[in-house]
Amino acid sequence: MKYTLSVLVENRPGVLTRIAGLFARRGYNIDSLSVGRTEDDRFSRMTIVVDGDSDIVEQVAKQLNKLIDVIKVTDITSVPHVERELVFIQVSSDSGNRGEIMDLLNIFRGRVIDMSKNNMIVESTGDSAKIDAMISSLRPYGIKEVMRTGKIGLLRGTKEDDRRKG
Amino acid sequence: MKMTGAEALLKILEGYGIKHIFGYPGGAVLPLYDAILKNDNIEHILVRNEQAGAHAAAAYGKHLGRAGVCIGTSGPGATNLVTGIANAYMDSIPLIAITGQVDASFIGRDAFQEADITGITMPVVKHNYLVKNPKKLIDTIYEAWHIANTGRKGPVLIDIPRNVFEAIVDFEPKVEEVSLQSYKPTVKGNKSQIKKAIKMINSSTKPLLLVGGGVLFSQADDEVKQIVDEFKIPVATTLMGIGSYDETKELALGMIGMHGKPYANYAVHHCDLLISVGTRFGDRATGSLSKFAKEAKVIHIDIDPAEIGKNVVVDLPIVGDAKGILKELIEGLEQVDRAEWIEKVSELKARNKMKLHKTNLNPQLIISKLGELTRGKAYVSTDVGQHQMFAAQYYGFSEYNSFYTSGGLGTMGFGVPAAEGVALASDRKRPVFCITGDGSFQMNMAEMATMGEHNLPVKIVLMNNSSLCLVKQLQHFQCERRYSEVGFTGNPDFKALAESYPNMVTYRIEKEEDIEPVILEAMSHNKPTLIECVISDENLVYPIVPAKKGLDEMIGVEKW
Ligand SMILES: Cc1ncc(C[n+]2csc(CCOP(=O)(O)OP(=O)(O)O)c2C)c(N)n1
Ligand SMILES: [Mg+2]
Repeated sequence: MKYTLSVLVENRPGVLTRIAGLFARRGYNIDSLSVGRTEDDRFSRMTIVVDGDSDIVEQVAKQLNKLIDVIKVTDITSVPHVERELVFIQVSSDSGNRGEIMDLLNIFRGRVIDMSKNNMIVESTGDSAKIDAMISSLRPYGIKEVMRTGKIGLLRGTKEDDRRKG
Repeated sequence: MKMTGAEALLKILEGYGIKHIFGYPGGAVLPLYDAILKNDNIEHILVRNEQAGAHAAAAYGKHLGRAGVCIGTSGPGATNLVTGIANAYMDSIPLIAITGQVDASFIGRDAFQEADITGITMPVVKHNYLVKNPKKLIDTIYEAWHIANTGRKGPVLIDIPRNVFEAIVDFEPKVEEVSLQSYKPTVKGNKSQIKKAIKMINSSTKPLLLVGGGVLFSQADDEVKQIVDEFKIPVATTLMGIGSYDETKELALGMIGMHGKPYANYAVHHCDLLISVGTRFGDRATGSLSKFAKEAKVIHIDIDPAEIGKNVVVDLPIVGDAKGILKELIEGLEQVDRAEWIEKVSELKARNKMKLHKTNLNPQLIISKLGELTRGKAYVSTDVGQHQMFAAQYYGFSEYNSFYTSGGLGTMGFGVPAAEGVALASDRKRPVFCITGDGSFQMNMAEMATMGEHNLPVKIVLMNNSSLCLVKQLQHFQCERRYSEVGFTGNPDFKALAESYPNMVTYRIEKEEDIEPVILEAMSHNKPTLIECVISDENLVYPIVPAKKGLDEMIGVEKW
């Protein structure tokens, strides 16, 4: 099963290396990892999607917590949260099927952000399932390239203001 | 007060009570060595390889219960430290490693003797720092000390560019405790968990206390003693837990594991409650996990939450510092009739069938005799090999924190520098015996020079079997006696070699009658000493828990 961890870290050089190194050396699988600044520029927040069973994910969370630069690890998989991923898809298209593709994009709330004679680049945001579905419906037209950001997630309701380790 | 970064570093270490540091100079640490020269409060011990410095500092730290300090210059000096740092990491030993680095402005340009030591050591340190900004040096050192010495202890490396050592900084001794938002180890155990543990212990008729190295770092030996002595609960240890309870006492079962004492292993298998304190359930201690303590409920007390459930499924975890938790436990313990269990355990112990293949001069006999003559009270370090297991099995440790060995990493070369560290940490007042093998000894035997220079009361007991006998033993059992690269034919005359170092006193034991007089003679003076014991390469360490077997499936012992 896939688990989503929200990890608040110090915004310092080497933090990403420490985290990536931990996953590599303990043999954990990262499905995706995205990282960016938070409202406070001393901290960054990472959303890490981990593939494994619950015991492994518990170990991952504990080992992450041991890193001095990690402030808080929250497993948001089964608590109410919002999550989104951004995707760019370059798909073959010509004047013949452009309309059809645009209709499809409407269903997925995708947008065209670049177009040329034989190609277009579309963008969309959504949860990973929606993005998967969008990619597979575009596949028949000929997908040339896909670029996904990996998901970011945030707990719903109260702001996660408790900065101490759980 | 204005001073250089290097001077501030020494001032802070002094403030923490550091009297000795172990190191090796070089270009990048030149300003630090300049400051060392001017410092009257810290004695620098010039080792012969940075690795030895790291091992010595680790043992020094383990003895004092707070970090020792080692120094290496940039590049090769730093990389030579790595084995010692990794060793400390695996055994949770507090250690501060200071490495020089090329000038901050040269970093990243493959400058002379530049190595990315923070990158290299990342997987084997509790934390590390590269201090590029002199303004951050002082806070970083305080922080590093705090991290190394609290929670689950461990090595912290500080990589300091030469220009940062030289920079003028403003030093004021810090009075308030370091507090880090992202690092708050749990010290106090959860009350309701402790209550549950008390219930479990009071209703157990066959409990076993299993203590690991964490008990020594928590200095919880008095509490362990009270639980064992007052509530009649037998106690076994892991390799790292040796020295936390007097092994010569009735309820002490000694070490468990692959080469554990038979009755200790059997007790783990047959107990109905295993109370584990400060152990990480390493595979050499547990044997096959699916067969480990199968009949028992398991209470796991550890300061590192990540250890809970990592290897062994636990019925009741308590996270926190062992000493406090055991204190609270004791308050709730009741006297329970466990006569039957105690009788069974004592009977097993009395049968004590440790198989001894008689060879010309058994190392087991030498170590037993050493234990007897020192009344189990000497500080003992070991290297890695058969001699290490024999030391753990036969010495009979009765003194608190008296055993210094490389557990998790199994690092040959640890023993001699470790003995130096302990000798200095204990103010050169007592002899430190280093039980080593001819293979391990040769990894750091240059330290005889350091020992001689500082006249350290280190007594090296060299079990010379002209072989890497523990590996030979593995080949005996696992490769149908195909012995590959485990015999030495070019060993030096160790006695003559040692003789050539200043201050070294040397002896040789070749037959059983020599054992006692030589040990007594060696104990009669405080000089650095080498005792070469010429032994057979046909000894085998028993018992053996074969791979994938449970602790009760030992070979070479009587059945339960
Ligand atoms: C640095 C290092 N290299 C290799 C090993 C593998 N190893 C474990 S025990 C051993 C033999 C040790 O020989 P010696 O020190 O003579 O001890 P003996 O077993 O003969 O008593 C070896 C090579 C190790 N533990 N450490
Ligand atoms: Mg040998």
